[in-house]
Amino acid sequence: MSKQQSTDNWPEVRQQAVEQLPGAIVEFIEQCQAEEHPESQLIAVLHQVQNHFGHLGEAQLDAVAQLMRIPHAKVAGVASFYHFFRLNPPGQTTIHICLGTACFVKGAERVAEKFREELGIDFGETTKDGKFSLEASRCLGTCGLAPVIMVDDQVQGPATPDQVPGIIEKLLAKDKRAKNSGS
Amino acid sequence: MARQKKIKLTIDDREIQVAPGTTIMAAAETLGIHIPRLCFHPELSLQGSCRVCIVEVEGMDFFMAACSVEVWPDMRVQTHSEEIRRARRDIVELLLDNHPRECQLCERDGRCELQNLAYAFGVRERLFEGERKRFPVEDNGLSVVRDSEKCVLCGRCVRVCAEVQGVANLSQHGRGFTTAVHPAHGRDMDDSVCIQCGQCINACPTAAFLEQPHTEAVWQALADPEIHVVAQTAPSIRAAIGEGFDLDPGTACTGRMVTALRRLGFDAVFDTDLGADLTIMEEATEFTERLKGKGPLPMLTSCSPGWINFLEKFYPQLIPHASTCRSPMTMLSVLGKTYYAEKLDLDPEKIFMVAVMPCVAKKYEIARPEHRMDSGAPYTDAVLTTRELVWMIKCHGIDFISLDHGEFDPPLGVATGAGDIFGTTGGVMEATLRTAAEWLTGETADKLEFTEVRAVEGRREVELQIGGRTLRVGVANGLVNARLLLEQAISGDRKFDAIEVMACPGGCIGGGGQPYPGSRFRILDPELLALRAGALYAEDRVREFRRSHQNPALQAIYRQFLGKPGGRKAKKLLHTEYQAKLPRGIQ
Repeated sequence: MSKQQSTDNWPEVRQQAVEQLPGAIVEFIEQCQAEEHPESQLIAVLHQVQNHFGHLGEAQLDAVAQLMRIPHAKVAGVASFYHFFRLNPPGQTTIHICLGTACFVKGAERVAEKFREELGIDFGETTKDGKFSLEASRCLGTCGLAPVIMVDDQVQGPATPDQVPGIIEKLLAKDKRAKNSGS
Repeated sequence: MARQKKIKLTIDDREIQVAPGTTIMAAAETLGIHIPRLCFHPELSLQGSCRVCIVEVEGMDFFMAACSVEVWPDMRVQTHSEEIRRARRDIVELLLDNHPRECQLCERDGRCELQNLAYAFGVRERLFEGERKRFPVEDNGLSVVRDSEKCVLCGRCVRVCAEVQGVANLSQHGRGFTTAVHPAHGRDMDDSVCIQCGQCINACPTAAFLEQPHTEAVWQALADPEIHVVAQTAPSIRAAIGEGFDLDPGTACTGRMVTALRRLGFDAVFDTDLGADLTIMEEATEFTERLKGKGPLPMLTSCSPGWINFLEKFYPQLIPHASTCRSPMTMLSVLGKTYYAEKLDLDPEKIFMVAVMPCVAKKYEIARPEHRMDSGAPYTDAVLTTRELVWMIKCHGIDFISLDHGEFDPPLGVATGAGDIFGTTGGVMEATLRTAAEWLTGETADKLEFTEVRAVEGRREVELQIGGRTLRVGVANGLVNARLLLEQAISGDRKFDAIEVMACPGGCIGGGGQPYPGSRFRILDPELLALRAGALYAEDRVREFRRSHQNPALQAIYRQFLGKPGGRKAKKLLHTEYQAKLPRGIQ
């Protein structure tokens, strides 16, 4: 085929993709591409991206798609399917509410409803100010305390809807103190 | 190769023998037993997700999906037991319970596969009604509207987009109750790698995908006495519009279509075939120049807007190879708002150009900045799909079947048989060859029909002797087929002088805006496409002129208005340019 002035945008598209990801991940993808069935490494790559960024952003997913030569929709579809993958950055504090059988029977749904109402977000979402994320969990292994919530890595229970505003207030106050002492 | 031993089995107490690897569904079909199905499509990969095709297999304690289970020796299958009947009914009702209850308001009312199944299985009451999924309609796209609430997750759109078009813009996202099909990150169709071909609309059993409607704008224009409303109809409309009125596929309805448009109130009815003839004049000129070394080979055709979108997103490196010709539709619109407007002393701003197209990508094409007048107004004001025109005719109370046969209006309604065949795969190439054969030799050529380029199986690579030289041409329809030719051209494995690409399977006759097939056929059906193509070849055979350059109206237009093919005025009015577009497609 004859050589023309280039209308190919691949060099720029590739460069933009590379800039979205840490060098180690780009290197890993390139190693995968040199082997058979590189697409089978997609989930491994997504794990690395999430480890690095804390979540899978659209720009990073698109970069993975371009560098792995897997259609954008496929990459985004896989990322959205698995519970473990987060598509949004987590808040400073993540509140897990156990919806396992024991907690559910003991009224976890009412506690969850109160958190949703107070924070104005649903499970899997983060408040606009980036302070709180809400997650539903299945059994945290402390059914004796049901209904159980976990604030970051601290398990608390039994939780009641009445306690919810207090819990949030305490966390906000702690955040404020940390900021003041830091400044 | 040794013949493999056939497998003996029993279906509904009838014994048959089939080749190993045959599915239960295919085996049943050889006995004339139709097992109902939803996600299954013979031209697409297996999904086996809808469970509508379940059957009972003796010795198995669960129902099996007939579409995906291969037969084994001495298998005993029941396809229509009482238990199966009830289970299938429940499966369809569960789909229906998670689906809007608004059939009467739906575009596909009466032509919906889910509705047909619900009727066939006797879903007359709702036993499991409960919460259903809620999603907003995404109707920002220029061509395609997406309504995930109507989606039954059969995955046919996902498969047609990836396996037939090689675009892979759609995927199931999320899981469980909130699963939805859309482009990556739920983006709008126009912000994705979508090439606007609309095959998702055709493949969908319900109305989860539809074209962006232009009917309201057309009604408004028709109702305004100040506006001169012009229609032009693509070659493939005449071959398929009859299906919208339950005529047999393959019934050409050119005359009735013209009369119907006049009854709707169009001031002039033109034939896009003339635009096709014009394309040949310009493209054959361009091709002859390139053969002399002025421009890169292979030359790629540029009529199909879905293909042009694919080129810009997936193969931008090949942009210099694409013919600079605008599509036949846009060429005709340009003539309508220049040549025709001058002739009738009409203000081009008062002309409303409606193109009836088999295609939803045409709705995207008309909005492109390249296809606008200096004033910024578009050359083409609205695109109606064949389906939309069928609806308008019905809405207007026109008894299509009994209409008499009208004639297109001069001067833009005079066309040749070469224009007719543009609507089917290989048509552009054949029309080019009909003209090139005479131009390259300077003599009258005997050979008129180049059947070797009619790529009914999807892809052809042909060498032809014309005027003492060998022309190497490729023809592809469906973009996966196109990709195979383009990759060979890029790698240099095969040399081509010209490649015709049509985005849709079968060419325009299989476009994303064509009528939904009736009960005897399905989309992508080679038999249906052959019937539609047959109607175009029949029209071609009875034309007075069958080579574009013999079109007397066109000769007059060049003489009076355009000047020489490929000349300065023709270049300005009839040619365009392309640009790499983002997001870059991945295949």
